[in-house]
Amino acid sequence: MTSIRLYVNGDRYDIDVEPRRTLADALREDCGLTGTHLGCEHGVCGACTVLLDGQPIRACLMFAVQAEGASIRTVEGLAPDDTTLHPVQQAFWDNHGLQCGFCTPGFLTLIAGYLEEHPDAGEEELREVLASNLCRCTGYQNILKATLCAQKAMCGDAFDDESTE
Amino acid sequence: MSGAATEPTTWTGRALPRLEDPAIIRGWGTYVADIAARNTACGYVRFVRSPLASGRILSITTPPGVTVFTAADLAGVQPIRAVLHRPDFVEIGTPILATDVVRFVGEPIAFVVADSEAAAEDAAELVEVDIEPLPAVLSATAALADGAPLVHDCVPPEHPNAPNTMVDGRITTPGADKAFATADAVVAVKVSSSRQSAMPLEARASHATFDRATGRTTLYATLQMPHITRTGIADCLGIPEDDLRVIAPDVGGGFGAKMTLAREDVALVWAARHLRRDLAWIETREENFLGAWHSREQVYAIEGAFTADGDLLALRGDLICDVGAYCCYPVTWAVEPLMALVELPGPYKVAEYDVRSRAIATNKCPIAPYRGVSRPMQVLAMERLMDRAAAQLGIDRVEIRDRNLIDEYPHRSPTGLVLDVASHRETLAAAAKLADLEDFERRRAEARARGRYLGIGISCFAERTGYGTPAFAARSTPYPLQPDKAAPVVTPGFERVILTMDPSGGLTLRIGASPHGQGLKTSLAQLVCDELGMRPDQVRVIASDTDNTPYGWGSYASRAMVIAGGASLIAARNLAERLRALAADRLGALPDDIVLEDGKARRSGTDEAVDLAVIARDTYHSSHLLADKGEPALESVGTYDPSGTFANACHIAEVEVDPLTGKVEIKRFLVAEDAGRLINPAIVDGQIHGGVVQGIANALYEELIYDDRGILVTTSLMDFLPPTVTEVPDIEIAHICTLSPASLTGAKGVGEGGTIGAPAAIANAISDALRPFGVEVFHLPATPHRIRSAIREGRDISAAPHPADGVEQESTR
Repeated sequence: MTSIRLYVNGDRYDIDVEPRRTLADALREDCGLTGTHLGCEHGVCGACTVLLDGQPIRACLMFAVQAEGASIRTVEGLAPDDTTLHPVQQAFWDNHGLQCGFCTPGFLTLIAGYLEEHPDAGEEELREVLASNLCRCTGYQNILKATLCAQKAMCGDAFDDESTE
Repeated sequence: MSGAATEPTTWTGRALPRLEDPAIIRGWGTYVADIAARNTACGYVRFVRSPLASGRILSITTPPGVTVFTAADLAGVQPIRAVLHRPDFVEIGTPILATDVVRFVGEPIAFVVADSEAAAEDAAELVEVDIEPLPAVLSATAALADGAPLVHDCVPPEHPNAPNTMVDGRITTPGADKAFATADAVVAVKVSSSRQSAMPLEARASHATFDRATGRTTLYATLQMPHITRTGIADCLGIPEDDLRVIAPDVGGGFGAKMTLAREDVALVWAARHLRRDLAWIETREENFLGAWHSREQVYAIEGAFTADGDLLALRGDLICDVGAYCCYPVTWAVEPLMALVELPGPYKVAEYDVRSRAIATNKCPIAPYRGVSRPMQVLAMERLMDRAAAQLGIDRVEIRDRNLIDEYPHRSPTGLVLDVASHRETLAAAAKLADLEDFERRRAEARARGRYLGIGISCFAERTGYGTPAFAARSTPYPLQPDKAAPVVTPGFERVILTMDPSGGLTLRIGASPHGQGLKTSLAQLVCDELGMRPDQVRVIASDTDNTPYGWGSYASRAMVIAGGASLIAARNLAERLRALAADRLGALPDDIVLEDGKARRSGTDEAVDLAVIARDTYHSSHLLADKGEPALESVGTYDPSGTFANACHIAEVEVDPLTGKVEIKRFLVAEDAGRLINPAIVDGQIHGGVVQGIANALYEELIYDDRGILVTTSLMDFLPPTVTEVPDIEIAHICTLSPASLTGAKGVGEGGTIGAPAAIANAISDALRPFGVEVFHLPATPHRIRSAIREGRDISAAPHPADGVEQESTR
């Protein structure tokens, strides 16, 4: 067992993990943050995407010990509080951007992380980013729509036309 | 196209955001693995699986210290029995763990129990299984060859079926031969599909908790049919159903793959009871591909008899479904062949019919339903037939379809189905208009001048949805109930709901259906609230818990909005009637004068009103004063069991094919859909979007590939190749709404349509694009490799071998 310290969603977690424990398992089982989902455990589906020091990463492809001291944001840490949603969460709700919801945490963290760093990304660029993750229910139509709406909401004055829906 | 011109005044018809979503988008969803992760006392199970397609188990050895269970430990556990009552059905039980022999790669042989998932994985590695290889049959053609090894050698020799033939259905009308003999043209096509996986993003997961106080076990599992799962497990273990509670919490997608009873779930419940401890089994993606049901490995040879004008007079066919090694419970390995047998004609009029449809056992993973079941292949066969006939007879592709589409209702098909009112010709016209076919020809010519190849493909289909007991019963020949013994056949179909208004006026709707991402709770709340004058957020829908819901059959086969919806409507109307009567007594009016709106019962045209919450409170707490002398509660039960309805649609795909690389780009994808009344249009569109993209995946990308030893080689998402957003076009949808008396809510099911229509539209579009090369598509997926090879060799992408080819050969696809 190795003792490590993680900062997740602003909280400090001192946990003991086997060196082989993935970050995803540590978040889910040692930190109790089960919003991060595991769809394949081989780095393809992206359901386990979290933000590590602001960058989207696959939590199933990283050992928890590699995240020692890092600042991590999971889906539970996107909304500022229990009564307010992050603009990406709000856009997913408004636009039916989810069905079964299993892939949703990974998409939300991916999109939130990317838009926060690239607020003026074009639609084609955002499509490429969304291609990081798999969804089996929505056919991606409303995920793309929600992403574009979230971008407008997050950038405020940068866009003057309102949502079409 | 989903937005209505004016917002409806009712809750139904509105694209409400879903009630399910706020928890999920915050990461507060509760999936099975989440429950297990929070249970620190939970042990973990890992299965040891067969590495061989066929073999005899010689020994299983385990080092000391590993807790392992094999078939010998489960000696008292009965096999899973899935039965139909018909002479051409072969009943084979599925043992929970392989006993003497293994029949496919991935079959569970043993399982270990350890304190953590990682420790269980380590322990499973230490279990040594010695297996003597036996000959395996790896294709339907090989299974039907003379002297083929038997997948199951226990079939009685007097059984009428040929070896390895588990279902052999046939429907023949008297005039079929004559129609073929006198037809102006006979057009033949042979089509096939590679094996597919439904691939829900959440693989299987189960968590069994044992309660020492009651001796009961609770199984949390990712399921579509919790009640029949409980029945199936109780039957295997020989326990009363009440000893087991089955809960499907948030379920990460199903698409049919979570209908079927898992051997692993039976084993897990047995072990939790045996060890008197909480256990979890979280399936890996590799296991999911190996053992969690495949589908659609089918080859259909069909012929159509046409007049010179293009009228389809008769159909004949020989349909082969490779169903793998075991029979899925409860719908059986007849599910693919029998659906194909009765539904092949789809939306087309055809008077005469002679079709045989078979389930062939092989040493591969068992098949089970996957969104659309056989209909993607039925539609592929019929739509390729229509295009071939159009070309052969010199008739326009839209015209030949239009003249053959059903346009008088109800329509009785030659297979005995009755198709209710629909809009087959109208959806074709609407899709053709959206596609702007004349402009397409202009664009095609322009593209061709620049060395590019565009094609367009049409696909029309009827999607049988919302079918209850009558439809499932028709899969068996009639049988009487025995005086002293329960029938072995499981006949699904009805749905029940219990609608309760609590003393504060809140509504609880308990349903037997079991949603897993469809937003059903939102749609049912909308439906109920229109009857009761309440808001959807005042309705708590309780589903997927056998302790808390009435017995029902779950969510599958595009049925929930029709059947659970109909049952909910019945319950809501009955409750509304009681509320109106109680209000009338209070307001000194007649029940017919009372309207329920905004949470009140109002005397029509006046300001006299009473809150429903006041009526509710008095009904429970002052029941002795109720004027109607009714029940001291506000509760209503709804049961609905319809024979089914048919949604319909036309899909049109426009593609560009790069002949150098074989890459297909879908430029446009159009859907003209008639799902009847749209309860929540955004949810309906979401079902179409997701369905179409699974259809695109089937058509272009995904396949499960076995090597020549029967080992599955596509066991990661990278190998199976599900599409991402960059492979998917914008999907354009037009709705036509036909209200059918066959559905109480007016809704027709819409869950499977996208997946049913898209593959054929794409196969036709690619064939159209490659006309200059003389290449047509008869096998899916049409991968770049297959397309490029066909172009280079100047041949079609041919169907897989069919037993009737007469020549045993390996596929050269």
